Amino acid sequence: MNAGEAAVALDRVAVTLGERPVLREVSFRLEAEQFCALIGTNGSGKTTLLRAILGFIPVQAGRIDLPAGAIGYVPQKITLDPGLPLRARDVIALGLDGARFGTRLPSKARAVRVQEMLRAVGAEEFAEQRVGTLSGGQQQRVLLAHALVRRPKLLLLDEPLANLDVGSTAEIVALLRRLSHEFGAAVLLSAHDMNPLLPVVDRIVYLANGCAVSGKADEVVRTEVLSRLYGYHVDVLRVHGRVVVIAAGARTESRDALERDPVHTITVP
Amino acid sequence: MFSAFMLHAWIVATLVAVAAGCVGFFVVARRAAFAAHALPLGAFPGAAAASLMGVNEFWGLAGFAVLGVLAIGQLQRAGRREVASALWLASALALGVLLLGLSGRYAQSVYGLLFGDLLGIDTRQMAVVAGFSGLTVALVAWVARPLLLDSLSSELASAAGARAAALEFVFLGILALSTAIAVPVVGALLVFSLMVGPASAARAFTDRPWRSLAVAVGICLATVWSAIALAYVTNWPVGFFVGALSALCYAAGRLRGGTVALAQVA
Repeated sequence: MNAGEAAVALDRVAVTLGERPVLREVSFRLEAEQFCALIGTNGSGKTTLLRAILGFIPVQAGRIDLPAGAIGYVPQKITLDPGLPLRARDVIALGLDGARFGTRLPSKARAVRVQEMLRAVGAEEFAEQRVGTLSGGQQQRVLLAHALVRRPKLLLLDEPLANLDVGSTAEIVALLRRLSHEFGAAVLLSAHDMNPLLPVVDRIVYLANGCAVSGKADEVVRTEVLSRLYGYHVDVLRVHGRVVVIAAGARTESRDALERDPVHTITVP
Repeated sequence: MFSAFMLHAWIVATLVAVAAGCVGFFVVARRAAFAAHALPLGAFPGAAAASLMGVNEFWGLAGFAVLGVLAIGQLQRAGRREVASALWLASALALGVLLLGLSGRYAQSVYGLLFGDLLGIDTRQMAVVAGFSGLTVALVAWVARPLLLDSLSSELASAAGARAAALEFVFLGILALSTAIAVPVVGALLVFSLMVGPASAARAFTDRPWRSLAVAVGICLATVWSAIALAYVTNWPVGFFVGALSALCYAAGRLRGGTVALAQVA
């Protein structure tokens, strides 16, 4: 995939779960090797959006264009059985051919590929340990290697920084940025706190009220842009290098205008 | 102990142990012990009905095992597998009570299905067990990798292109198949002990998945062979020894797991 080519493109995507519209006319485009943070509060539709891209749930309207080949995916925090006899190395190997039926003979090329991934994510030290007994940060590295072992052009990560301490968060973010370049994969990563990601992201997709705004971080994370998205006034403050979004709660004219003329996606060029 | 009369028992027990060990690995990995209990027990009324109608009990078992797969598969779409298994089990047992109430003339046959009747296996039944054991092992080998990935995380399996719902259905089908062949040997009440005990114990002996499966098969074989030998010597029921030895294997596995953990801490 060449730079500038779309790794994923959403055009007016709408998703309804049960009776509840979760996403309404969400559009954005992510190019090859771009690192994009999908930001929003709990329940804003981040996971739904990722699951729609993966094809786990149907979209009611709009279209999602994806590149040919595999999509890497790291799901939201999963509880791994510590007793399951499955080493970190085995989990990565399952990323190669875990969905294939039938038996296979041991392959040296396959073992080399797994070893390369262990090295790439810094998991060689605990390669022989059961994956369920690893720490949260170590499990994230293994799952990341599992997702990348087939060299996908698009990597989706659902809240990979949740439940990690500050040190592990910084390590995983730096690792993701490096691997994105090494593997030529576009990354779409959901999080509710954008701060650990701001130094490395190329773009942000900000979700609220089922709507999305996308663009570069300093263009999106602004008082007037997010106030329009939320439908009420919010303040974007910068405190000691961190961005804080504070809701004032007053309904704005822009929200009324939004409901009259539902252009739900705001794209900042 | 190795007379022609006992030969069928040894062969059939071996076949059942291999199938139970293979399936048991996934029963434990997928935390499906209750389904492994509900399917054979829920299939038992089918055998009772077949006995009442004068049909081979194996087909009654197989028919109700398939019904169980369909019922649990459908019911768990709206909820958890445990709830679906419990609903199926309660319904099937209710039917079993009705069938038992209709006639008492097949009581001995029913007793055999509940607790197993290894010595009552004839050549024709042995051929059926051999065929279905082979089919069970072949199916497990065919679906092993996607099933293992799905056991780790359904979402990871789905993202890799496997259909999690279809895999669950296939797994329940394999479970039903192994159930149908194992019930006449160890009985509906004890068949799940042969699947859960050895496979749980095997987890303590290796960190590798396929080695763990092989160890589970080995422990299953040791369990049924020891059970037959002990039953021959003591004249006690084989099913008792299968259940008791499975529980002992599990206890030994836990003990080893605890010892290894302590050694690592030290």
